Amino acid sequence: MSASSPSAPAKRRKALVSGNALRMVGVVAIVVYCLAPFYWMIVSSFRRPEDQFDNAPLPSPWSLENFRAVFEPDVGFQRALVNSLVVAGTTTLLTLVVGTFASYALARLTFRGKNLVLGMVITTSMFPTISLIIPLLKLFTDIGWINTYQAMVVPSLSFALPLAVWNLTTFFRQLPFELEQAAMVDGCTRGQAFRRIIIPLAAPGVFTTAIITFIAAWNEFIIALSMVNKKEMQTATVAISKFTGAYGFDQPFGTQMAAGVIVTVPLVIVVLIFQRRIIAGLTAGGVK
Amino acid sequence: MVATPLTKTLRCVVAAGTVLAMTAACGGGDSDSGSDSKGASAELTGRGPITLVQGKDTSGNVQKQVDAWNAQHPNEKVRLIELPEEADAQRQQMVQNAQAKSDAYTVLNLDVVWTAEFAANRWITPLPQEQFDMSKFLQPTIKTGQYRGRLFAVPWKTDAGLLYYRTDLVKKAGASGPPKTWDEMKQICDKVAKDGVGCYGGQFEKYEGLTVNFSEAVHSAGGSVVDDQGKPQVNTPQAKQGLDFLAEGFKSGFIPKEAITYKEEEGRRAFEKGKLVFLRQWPYQYALSKKSDVKDKFDVAPLPGPNGPGAPTLGGHNLAISAFAKNKATALDFIKYLTAPEQERANMLATSEAPTLTELYDDAELKEKYPYLDVLKESLLKAKARPEAVRYGDFTKAIQENAYAALTGTKSTDQALADMQAELGKLTQQ
Amino acid sequence: MTTVIAAPEQPPSTGVKAARRKGDVQGSGRLAAILLSPTFIVLALVVGYPILAALRESLFQRGQGLDAEGFVVEGDQFVGLDNYLDIFSGSNASVFWGSLWNTTFFTVTTVVIETVLGICMALIMHWAFRGRALVRASVLVPWAIPTAVSALLWRWVFQADGVANALIGQQVLWTTEGFQAKLAVIIADTWKTAPFVGLLVLAGLQMIPRDVYEAARVDGASAWHQFWRITLPLVKPVLLVAILFRMLDVLRMFDLPFVLIGAQKESVQTLSMLAYDEASNLRYGVAAAYSTVLFLYVAIVAYAFVKLLGADVIGEMRQAARGRRRSARLRLRFRKEVSS
Repeated sequence: MSASSPSAPAKRRKALVSGNALRMVGVVAIVVYCLAPFYWMIVSSFRRPEDQFDNAPLPSPWSLENFRAVFEPDVGFQRALVNSLVVAGTTTLLTLVVGTFASYALARLTFRGKNLVLGMVITTSMFPTISLIIPLLKLFTDIGWINTYQAMVVPSLSFALPLAVWNLTTFFRQLPFELEQAAMVDGCTRGQAFRRIIIPLAAPGVFTTAIITFIAAWNEFIIALSMVNKKEMQTATVAISKFTGAYGFDQPFGTQMAAGVIVTVPLVIVVLIFQRRIIAGLTAGGVK
Repeated sequence: MVATPLTKTLRCVVAAGTVLAMTAACGGGDSDSGSDSKGASAELTGRGPITLVQGKDTSGNVQKQVDAWNAQHPNEKVRLIELPEEADAQRQQMVQNAQAKSDAYTVLNLDVVWTAEFAANRWITPLPQEQFDMSKFLQPTIKTGQYRGRLFAVPWKTDAGLLYYRTDLVKKAGASGPPKTWDEMKQICDKVAKDGVGCYGGQFEKYEGLTVNFSEAVHSAGGSVVDDQGKPQVNTPQAKQGLDFLAEGFKSGFIPKEAITYKEEEGRRAFEKGKLVFLRQWPYQYALSKKSDVKDKFDVAPLPGPNGPGAPTLGGHNLAISAFAKNKATALDFIKYLTAPEQERANMLATSEAPTLTELYDDAELKEKYPYLDVLKESLLKAKARPEAVRYGDFTKAIQENAYAALTGTKSTDQALADMQAELGKLTQQ
Repeated sequence: MTTVIAAPEQPPSTGVKAARRKGDVQGSGRLAAILLSPTFIVLALVVGYPILAALRESLFQRGQGLDAEGFVVEGDQFVGLDNYLDIFSGSNASVFWGSLWNTTFFTVTTVVIETVLGICMALIMHWAFRGRALVRASVLVPWAIPTAVSALLWRWVFQADGVANALIGQQVLWTTEGFQAKLAVIIADTWKTAPFVGLLVLAGLQMIPRDVYEAARVDGASAWHQFWRITLPLVKPVLLVAILFRMLDVLRMFDLPFVLIGAQKESVQTLSMLAYDEASNLRYGVAAAYSTVLFLYVAIVAYAFVKLLGADVIGEMRQAARGRRRSARLRLRFRKEVSS
């Protein structure tokens, strides 16, 4: 690290001290910028419903009522969380499997029309989701897919797959394929070389893509809302949209924020645990 | 519980009241053909499981009623499908299912303003009006379930705007009771609406609530948004008087400027924090305000108008049957069950949502629990429905755009009304 | 294993590379087809089919007329390009151009702000010694919150009696028509996505060898000079990709203005909202035409961006690898400039 560079003159060291102070200010600024609204979300979720519109920085008194409301039996939020997990998990898995094949081809193989393929994969992710719903709803009604997991998973691939293919392609491109080549020279088949050499090396990239895909699928709303009408099949984001207060017109902000915290915190924890991986992944494995 | 004896009684009472439908009502419904002059009930065949589609069942009472029904009708079970809380999202889901011709939804809980659109697009089935005793319903609510004079949806829950007022401040101003006219209201405010207390609030954010408040002002001034033929009538002196009341209110500070962001809840909070002397609001607020800081200091009255009591706008929900559903005979019976006095009464006790049957407004127990029932009944009987427009979404948007422009001062009221008239005219031409 | 990847000292033998190229060409086409087919089957089903349906739909208009009994006359009418003509010069033109302007305005402002903020964040994260883990974790939080929930949160913050007004001590009516509504949307959007840009730029920063800076410092270059002449050129490929993806995303912005400010507010209405509004009023033909126009607009912007700024989206990493070599060249040039 440059800070410990022995050749640095004293003047530089002094500059570094003030530089450090400046950096700390910067760090604090970023943390505050990113966390202040989230803090407000948490604080709001711990207020009593009747204090909901207080602007005090801390709830007084603290209350778990909003969280209790989220987990009220007739809401079925636990089940919704499980459904979200199933849908987002399956979407991620499928996306990775299908996307890995495609990305490998795009990153490694030379064939005609490659740029066209890349372009098409990326442009498909640009079509507004809202325009996809009605044709798909008609289709799924005809083939009896309404109220099934696959009716939520398959359309979710429409945004997850292009994202994953793009990410994985950039990761794969960066891999030292000379190694693969060497392995093939040593008698491995392409498949073996791929499995033994490339997959282990690509793990961080694949992992990051998995998390990005999972977050995107976990947050999906409009598809899940349209394709399912059974409470037992609804996902967490849909369940949140159905929270109501104790009476008409009431928008139960507190309960929605509590639910928001509940669906966000697991993601944040995952992100915290794997943050090195994610950041490493985003740099396509090129870090340190 | 009461389900089977009640429905049986009801069916037979209804049947006895109508000669034509006798076989249909007591005989199971499958056999009739051509019993209705318009051939409507001929389509209502098939028995078996159905669904009831509505927003969230807040109190859990609908589920209770569904359970009671299911216990009595093991082969015709009803499943409750809850949609998101936002009205627009509910409509969107229902429209999507209709577009896909899906039979997933059977009985639809429709907002009163959706009837025309759903009926004209043949997404819902005409209902045999003679099988319902329409004389028992509050008369203004019936119209909300009809399209071109035919019944498409049965009134289930109703709503009308009331004037919430601060009894202490009105007294302090020396008035004998709640204001009956806009001028009286202003006079009271001149004396007591100071130091951060605003005078009058309503729902003025650019959404359906603005259409409600605008048409209320127009109707109260003796005008109407559309005439009997459904042609727009907003370029009239009465309509101008109504819109001026609101626009001038904002200009003079009689309506606080933040009220332009008010939906129902924002207004309620302002009133409960003591920031408003008067608030135009739905009845749901009553029970809530009874638990607030102003609990002993408020009451409700009919809305005022320029020269006497005004005319509130009708809200509420009606029950209809999806055209693409199976088991419509069961659906019809289920609607009859939900709109029977016992069920409507139980529903009001559980949810405070106002029933559509006149007799319940004289029910002693309900009156005790909901002291505003007399005022509400008086308001409901004077209430006006919003226009019956097939393209209601465009219709209400044209109203909102121009009313909002007038309230925020970007258009004069004359200009706003002229533009509104022109846009509404285009929409009703086709 | 990461060390292997980051070892630029082992220059790939060009001979092997050339041989590999040749080897790849043979039979690669078929393998590529096999590997790509699952992706294309899925995309054809969930995107291709609806897009074609929408394209077809955009050439039709749903009957709006009523028959004698008041029923909507069923059946779609083929109207050719009328829906498109309506959008560009007909009855929908003023709304369309307004929304196009909003969409473009949001895109330019949010992307510029997010880029500047993102670079600042990345630099701070990169040079922070203490609190590095904390700062990285907190940067990821806005990204992980569901958009619908964060939009609600911001609506609440920006209410007339909300915390935003309490903090600034003024009563700004954020959700009314006007510039403040745009500002509210921009604030909420940059909060959610500037960290994303920051992370990607951080990734780019971490690929710059430190000795480049050391050399520059030895030569007495100012911090600003270092940033402008070394950092920025070297993170440019990554940055451009981040910007491109942010642009594509913000061009389709829907939830945030819809939930935060409300439907039908001209000041924040975007093309996506317009398409949604038309669809919810059953004008599927017009809605599909809007979707198609938006789709084309996004595609054109993306294409122009890639062409003008040379952002090789797909080949980003190749450039990054090249960047390492270039950094060495830069270092040399820099030395020359400073010493001369």
